[in-house]
Amino acid sequence: MQLLSSSIGRKILMAVTGQVMILFALVHLIGNTTIFGWLHGGINAYAEHLHALPPLVWAFRLFMLAAVSIHIWFGIQLTLENSGGRPKQYAVKSTQKVTFASENMIWSGLLILAFIVYHLLHFTMKLIPGTALVTDAEGTVNVLTMVVSSFQNVFVCAIYAGAMVALFLHLTHGIQSSSQTIGCSNDRTLPVIVRAGTLVALAFLVGYITIPLSIFAGFLKG
Amino acid sequence: MSDHKTMTLTLIVWRQKGPSDPGKFETYAAKNITEHHSFLEMLDCVNEDMILEGKEPIVFDHDCREGICGMCSQVVNGLPHGGQDRTTVCQLHMRKFKDGDTIYIEPWRARAFPIIKDLVVDRAALDTIIQAGGYTSCHTGGVPDANSILIPKPIAEEATDAAECIGCGACVAGCPNGAAMLFTGAKVSQLAILPQGKAEAAARVTAMTTAMTECGFGNCTNHYECQASCPKGINVKFIARMNREFLKAQFA
Ligand code: SF4
Ligand code: FES
Repeated sequence: MQLLSSSIGRKILMAVTGQVMILFALVHLIGNTTIFGWLHGGINAYAEHLHALPPLVWAFRLFMLAAVSIHIWFGIQLTLENSGGRPKQYAVKSTQKVTFASENMIWSGLLILAFIVYHLLHFTMKLIPGTALVTDAEGTVNVLTMVVSSFQNVFVCAIYAGAMVALFLHLTHGIQSSSQTIGCSNDRTLPVIVRAGTLVALAFLVGYITIPLSIFAGFLKG
Repeated sequence: MSDHKTMTLTLIVWRQKGPSDPGKFETYAAKNITEHHSFLEMLDCVNEDMILEGKEPIVFDHDCREGICGMCSQVVNGLPHGGQDRTTVCQLHMRKFKDGDTIYIEPWRARAFPIIKDLVVDRAALDTIIQAGGYTSCHTGGVPDANSILIPKPIAEEATDAAECIGCGACVAGCPNGAAMLFTGAKVSQLAILPQGKAEAAARVTAMTTAMTECGFGNCTNHYECQASCPKGINVKFIARMNREFLKAQFA
């Protein structure tokens, strides 16, 4: 299969799985904002609706796991292949288009991976020590209390903020790069996609970071 | 006539006796250089001095010296062809430099381009990609028949833009991954855009991109350093087009 073996094929798989993750991140962000109370019952009600159908939750989780795994597998593989692409560096390092973000995709990506593991341990499996777990009569954890108490800790805030900066960097390059790889750009659209991609990345950064920061600053209380 | 002010420059040049020699930088003085010298003429002057001194001259590739053959291949101060917009190094002129400048001159550096000697690299890998499918084998008839297939002007122009590639390999040299996507994208596109090339488009893109990987070129990460390095200004839209052609070929 050319898709699994060739250079472009593997890149297309990375691009598509990356875009699936971006869509997920968008839905996740919208869900998170229920903490500001626009949904009746707030984030607790949102969490309850989300987990109402366990088989669906698990199907979706497996789908995301597959997307993430493909992205990471090929990401590491292609990066390793590229590491010897230029066997000796030029004496004068001078580039015209390369950016900090485009050069460090593997590192921002691995940081995001480490964060996803931490984040799952933290709020999904609830295994990080020091997380306030208040349950009601039925044994359901109060999500609002859990989140708010977590983000009153400066270290937890810093981990989340740092991860979102990594995500921002990854997306400033990733959005335009993935659209180029699936062939969705030309000379007129590419500059627009580059700018739009940076804006979307910025929107994710601001959107995600607002929650821990407003809790830490005391604007949002449990 | 302009005045005859001359410059003296310091050259730091990569010297390598052969493919297996580790190679090293040597420093030379380029004397009596005027602003009208081309970059290669400046090297000719240095080489003439060296020959008179009984030293081995600097070996570099060149042919037309007018920016059309794609033979010249030098990385000047870290940039392929010296970084002047849409200019091959043979068309780079010394007026871009000033007296006392230090200039680093290196060969193309990429896994798929082994160094033969000094600044000369083996670019046969680009030919291998062309041999894999960079042609049409359909019958296009005699000369008068060529015009029997009417091609709208914008489409002809698009194909010609891709066909501007002179196969110099600067895109590979400029790419941190040593990828040949701009070259291959241009060669795939120049044919895929035209009706005569469409018949074999799917087989062509598959064969050429496979050859590209087998030759040891890296994977494109869309830095677009290639377009900035290209003396013909080949646009990365042709990489996107090749990616589309590749996707189509999967379902063909
Ligand atoms: S695409 Fe440009 S840089 Fe690359 S081989 Fe062709 S002319 Fe040279
Ligand atoms: S020598 Fe022919 S393009 Fe430079």
